[in-house]
Amino acid sequence: MSTTTSSGVAKDRAPAGTPKVKQGRGVRGRTLNFWLFTGPFLIGLAVFVYIPIGWSAYLSFFEARYTVTPSTFVGFDNFTYMLTNEKFTDSLVTFTVFAAFIVPVTWAFSLGLAMMVNRLRFMRAFFRSVFFLPTAVSFVAASLIWKMSIFSGVRFGLANTVLGWFGVENIAWLANPNPPWYWLVIVTVRLWLQAGFYMILFLAALQNIPPELYEAAAIDGAKPGWQTFWYITLPQLRATSTAVILLLLVAAYQAFDEFFNLLAKTTWGRPPLVELYYTALGENQDYGAGSAGAMILTVLICCVTLLQGKFMGFGKGEQAK
Amino acid sequence: MSALSNSNWDRRSVLRAAAGLAALGPLAACGGNTGREGGGSSGKNLTQYFHAYGEAGTEQAIKKYAAAYDGARVTTQWITGTNFESKLFSALLTKNAPDVFEFHPQIQMIKSGQVADLSDIMEPVKDDFNPADIASHTIDGKIWGVRMIDDPQFFYYRKSMLEKAGVEPPTTLDELVEAAAKLTTSKVKGVFLGNSITPVMNPLIWSTGANTLTDKNEIAYHTDEVAAGLKKLRTMFKSGHLLLDAPADWWDPSAITQGLVAIQWCGMWAMPVIQKALGDDVGIIPFPTSAEGGKPAVTNGGWSMFVNAKSKNVDLAKEYVKWLWIDQKKYQEDWSLSYGFHIPPRTSLAESATKLKSGLPAEGVKLFNEFGHFDNPAWTQAMIVALENVVADTVRKGGNPEAALDKADKIVNRELKKLFG
Repeated sequence: MSTTTSSGVAKDRAPAGTPKVKQGRGVRGRTLNFWLFTGPFLIGLAVFVYIPIGWSAYLSFFEARYTVTPSTFVGFDNFTYMLTNEKFTDSLVTFTVFAAFIVPVTWAFSLGLAMMVNRLRFMRAFFRSVFFLPTAVSFVAASLIWKMSIFSGVRFGLANTVLGWFGVENIAWLANPNPPWYWLVIVTVRLWLQAGFYMILFLAALQNIPPELYEAAAIDGAKPGWQTFWYITLPQLRATSTAVILLLLVAAYQAFDEFFNLLAKTTWGRPPLVELYYTALGENQDYGAGSAGAMILTVLICCVTLLQGKFMGFGKGEQAK
Repeated sequence: MSALSNSNWDRRSVLRAAAGLAALGPLAACGGNTGREGGGSSGKNLTQYFHAYGEAGTEQAIKKYAAAYDGARVTTQWITGTNFESKLFSALLTKNAPDVFEFHPQIQMIKSGQVADLSDIMEPVKDDFNPADIASHTIDGKIWGVRMIDDPQFFYYRKSMLEKAGVEPPTTLDELVEAAAKLTTSKVKGVFLGNSITPVMNPLIWSTGANTLTDKNEIAYHTDEVAAGLKKLRTMFKSGHLLLDAPADWWDPSAITQGLVAIQWCGMWAMPVIQKALGDDVGIIPFPTSAEGGKPAVTNGGWSMFVNAKSKNVDLAKEYVKWLWIDQKKYQEDWSLSYGFHIPPRTSLAESATKLKSGLPAEGVKLFNEFGHFDNPAWTQAMIVALENVVADTVRKGGNPEAALDKADKIVNRELKKLFG
């Protein structure tokens, strides 16, 4: 290793008998390797992420209808329009409701699955795979299955068929916002798709908890079950839980596919990305206002993430150990 | 670390690999059917966008026509899903935009320079087109698109179900609400207006005697009668007599053919399938009168061909559009009548179409002529969505129609101001 570090230091530290190498070329070669492997990704990141973000920020100060080329400078008009746009502000409320529900439910559900699979004495790999497999299904495909097969409003939809056995009338799961059954459809599809992935994270964390801790707790008189879970397991999962909650929050902010596919042409149940999609595409083709909304949303996500990190102590899990 | 040492990846190796990849590039390009220049044997390429029609055989038909054109190689993008508009609009912003595409005449596309003037190919034949179609495609004295098909939309009803329930085909909106109640059983709902109920928003407006916009391009839909009509639709929605959340939406006739509903809003394109499934047990009626002074209404929808004004091949694209939709009358006839039923916009074709001369199709043509409302190019996508939101807010959500219409007014006025100053 020392042969490929900075030449002067390497020479001094090289043990006797170390083969002579071309130091300068080593550095250059290493640099070349670095750019060779990271270059394409950096270029991709710049072209597909940073330049569009920059362009979007620039566009947000201009009138840009039916074009992504700025035409007239309008200052903060697009921001004012989006912040006073009831549909956009409603979408932020929709997100808050959605996140407030889906984050803790997915957290609890995936943790429960992980604990269940972890305790299995046989067929553990089978069940792990079964619960993880939905992760490979696309949100669009799952949404269509949920919409057309399970929660179709007609009598031969799966949910309505089952309810029919108990004499319950057909329910229009997605067409009617009163009562808001559409949340059940959205939450179940996301839970089915996501819980397996977070289960794997929790499973890994559970298997990292030293068994001595449980033995010591047992010696100290801790009862197996709820007491052990509360005082041993849960604190040991703090780092993973924090990461899972962060990932779930970000995923909730990015919610689009299931809302878009399940709730077409509604004015309710639109999270911010769906609202921005309708602002920039389809309806208005108003790329200036859409960009302003995207900027507002970006700032909001950054603030929430920082706050969440501060309150939950992201990265402090290791210290706690 | 050692595996990555420069002995394996020296500068020459990297350059050799890069040169090899560069050499492979053109070879790969030879095999690609990109639809862009350089890929075809003739060197002339066009791309056309079509939304996915539901009728069997349509995709093959449009590709067959394209293959028969020898002026260029025409690649068809057959776009499935419900957001054809979004895909088209976003594609039009890119270098991979289609040269030719189907859509409806809308003034913002012309004002923003997205479509080319087709007056030169239309002028010689415009007298043979439905005058209302020509009017809806004419802005500032120029014709911007070629109508391919006219698609009237109306109610289909099951004669036997109405007879059994002792219901006459409704002629007013109140009668439709009553009919929905009488026709609903434990297995069949009375009426299907589409999952979003938005397809009947314009017919509701027209059937009260109002319109979307005035001749001076001012709001004309915001009337007490329209607000009252929305309340009646809400009554029907709340009553449980409407079919909601059907697996297939209003443009697909399966709700009525599968016996889920007694009356369904749909288009004339579905007539062959409906007749095949139900035989003579089907009738059609326009959207019934919704207010005193109003009259029944039919939506005369349809699709038109446009040329992307920013295409590198505008002239070639215009030649293709002229060849396919003006010169090749056999293809127009095939497109209009061999799959679903559509009314050919060419008067000579419509008059000679024997399939439309008797029975239910003839009734459809009659409703089209008597009660039809054609596209208003000033009624743009944003305005369409504004009124769709009114339906969502009032009929489905139970909001106040006046408040919802006020909200729509703000959006529509903003659009009108941007378009007309």
